[in-house]
Amino acid sequence: MRQVKQPILVFVVFSVLCGLIYPLFMTAISQFLFPWKSNGSIITSANEILGSELIGQKFDGPKYFHGRPSETDPAYNASASTGSNLGPSNAKWIEAVKKRVGRVRHENRLPPQAAIPADLVLVSASGLDPHISVESAMLQVKRIARERGLSEAKVEEIVRQSVELRLLGIWGQPRVNVLKLNLAMDQLKGE
Amino acid sequence: MTFHDLFPILFFLCLLTLFALPLGEFMAKVFNGKRTFLTRIVGPVERVLYRVFGVNEKEEMSWKTYAFSLIIFNAIGIMGLFILQLIQGWLPFNPQKFGAVRWDTALNAAISFVTNTNWQSYSGEMTMSYFTQMAGLTVQNFLSAAVGLSSVIALIRGFIRRTAETIGNFWVDLTRSLLYVLLPLTIIWAIVLSSQGVVQTLRPSIHARTLEGREQVIALGPTASQVAIKQLGTNGGGFFNTNSAHPFESPTPLTDFMEVFGLMLLPVSLPLTFGAMLNKRRQGWAIFASMMALFLIGLAVTLWSEFQGNPILERIGIHNGINMEGKEVRFGVIHSILFAQSTTAVASGAVNSMHDSLMPLSGLVLIFNMAIGEVIFGGVGVGLIGMIIYAILTMFLAGLMIGRTPEFIGKKLEPYEMMMSVIAVLSPAVTMLLMASIAISTKIGLSSLSNAGPHGLSEVLYAYASSANNNGSAFAGLNANTLFYNLTTSFAMLVGRFSTIFPALAISGSLAKKQIIPVSTGTFPTTNMLFVMMLVGVVIVVGALTFFPALTLGPLLEHLLVQIGKTF
Repeated sequence: MRQVKQPILVFVVFSVLCGLIYPLFMTAISQFLFPWKSNGSIITSANEILGSELIGQKFDGPKYFHGRPSETDPAYNASASTGSNLGPSNAKWIEAVKKRVGRVRHENRLPPQAAIPADLVLVSASGLDPHISVESAMLQVKRIARERGLSEAKVEEIVRQSVELRLLGIWGQPRVNVLKLNLAMDQLKGE
Repeated sequence: MTFHDLFPILFFLCLLTLFALPLGEFMAKVFNGKRTFLTRIVGPVERVLYRVFGVNEKEEMSWKTYAFSLIIFNAIGIMGLFILQLIQGWLPFNPQKFGAVRWDTALNAAISFVTNTNWQSYSGEMTMSYFTQMAGLTVQNFLSAAVGLSSVIALIRGFIRRTAETIGNFWVDLTRSLLYVLLPLTIIWAIVLSSQGVVQTLRPSIHARTLEGREQVIALGPTASQVAIKQLGTNGGGFFNTNSAHPFESPTPLTDFMEVFGLMLLPVSLPLTFGAMLNKRRQGWAIFASMMALFLIGLAVTLWSEFQGNPILERIGIHNGINMEGKEVRFGVIHSILFAQSTTAVASGAVNSMHDSLMPLSGLVLIFNMAIGEVIFGGVGVGLIGMIIYAILTMFLAGLMIGRTPEFIGKKLEPYEMMMSVIAVLSPAVTMLLMASIAISTKIGLSSLSNAGPHGLSEVLYAYASSANNNGSAFAGLNANTLFYNLTTSFAMLVGRFSTIFPALAISGSLAKKQIIPVSTGTFPTTNMLFVMMLVGVVIVVGALTFFPALTLGPLLEHLLVQIGKTF
């Protein structure tokens, strides 16, 4: 009897310790120290929730910088993250990428042979990637300037200001947060 | 690839070794029952727990009692977690109102988390209530790592003791693993993660209206507390479906660093604990060096393969053919690959990129890392067990070559130890290949594939390499949430876990009974370069002989076909 009662007792005690006390204690600490971040880094405007700074959004209007393709259903569904999970020799995948490459060239009036940065036409891992590479943002500058009646130099400056750098210059990749960039563009209009 | 790309990796590995040194020594002290700087705080809690459990700290167990306690404890864990998922609809902390998990999915998840595999056929944010994630899954993240840690400590004691009948007390080892090692580290990690934006809340999902006026529902949850132990305990089961690729599980370069560092930390420290407990630190370093050599070989191949890019992509107009499919911009190719190599080497299974979309040769290395038995540092505890077992095989081969009775660290190796070692090495391998053959020769197995051609075979091989060696990552295009895959991977996970732990405990029990042979001129040294090379050679040769036929038909063939632009 002791050989069954003892393991159950140990299991229950550690379940309470690691499964309730620990996570609730961590929740209390995080909510106290980082209340905005631990609740999802939410951006609001005029009491309306616009989204999370860390979660990408779908942009397909010409006035906005576009983010990465997303395979979630619908795109950028932040309650059902997924990647495409298509392999490097998948024919359907190659066809889909071809189409996206064509669309990016067309929307941004690029020459037909222009090489496109990979992140702008390949699906992100989470389907929620909030970032694009600096190259992908620069590629869209002309279009945004045209659509918003701004000078290219002005748009380029805003892109440069929103570049996030590597940690200590070594970890991660330089990148641009698309939602924050588009918010900055919108705010420009208000000034 | 430039120096700018390689420097962070160099920096990472040096820093890791630097931290492993004191942590390795610290764990040796903890499990020898010596005082540490934490004893003042944790000691009283520890003693209260022993009183509650009715455990006498000084009372030791034979290997059979140790193994029996472990199996009963895990059986209760599986049952508890299984039932919890079925009744989560009636329990608190369920703001999204999730109902019962389907029984086969629940069984799979229960076995998966208890065996430290954390293979997930479900999608976290769409299936599990906050209560299940905390009181069910997080708990097993801790316990499975603690069980692994206890097992390897018990094995090490077999080498230390002479003419002894006992190998330690399971409940004491388990409690010390949790209180001195896992919980303190986890609290530090969870705080750093949540400072960066990893969510930690009990509030329901948020409804947002995006800049372009679309509806977006953003799932939240008590994530940081689970991600911290998921990384440190080599568990790898994500809170969200896309694991550490999800911005709420790893939003910044700092969280990425912490997570890849965390998943390597304990496995890298344990060989040094081994050396410290034996009081033969060179022995610990020899094992460490063998593991590091295997790690670097794999890392070199994956980095090379991914930086080559995909020639098909280059042809259709992608700059340099860089393969960013299934990768996040903040990590890029380099940090995605470092994470992928690390997570398969140490049996974690956390991912920050989608492995299914990696280049074929990268996929090949990842499958190989898992299939050889997760011994390149490996899962917490069980990784070192696997490597010690390979070392026993190596010494047997060395013994045959020089014509002497084989011995390892002063213990004579006899048929019983050899039999147990062979069981431990072969069981997962046989299970993996057998299950994969069944899957690819039946309709029910093939209907889950999402990619055709050789890549389809890779998906199946990956699934069983991962489950039979308790890794838990996936080529996630494979729809594993079917009755067939839920049951077969469950079986593979059980075999993988217990065919490592039981033989290890049996070997420990047998070695503990033996005398220690004094070192003589005829002793084959096991702390030099020759030993390291032989050990690495044995691991690679055993792996190559077992898996190369299958790997040739899957990833290797796909690599060649991609080079000539063939698609499926």
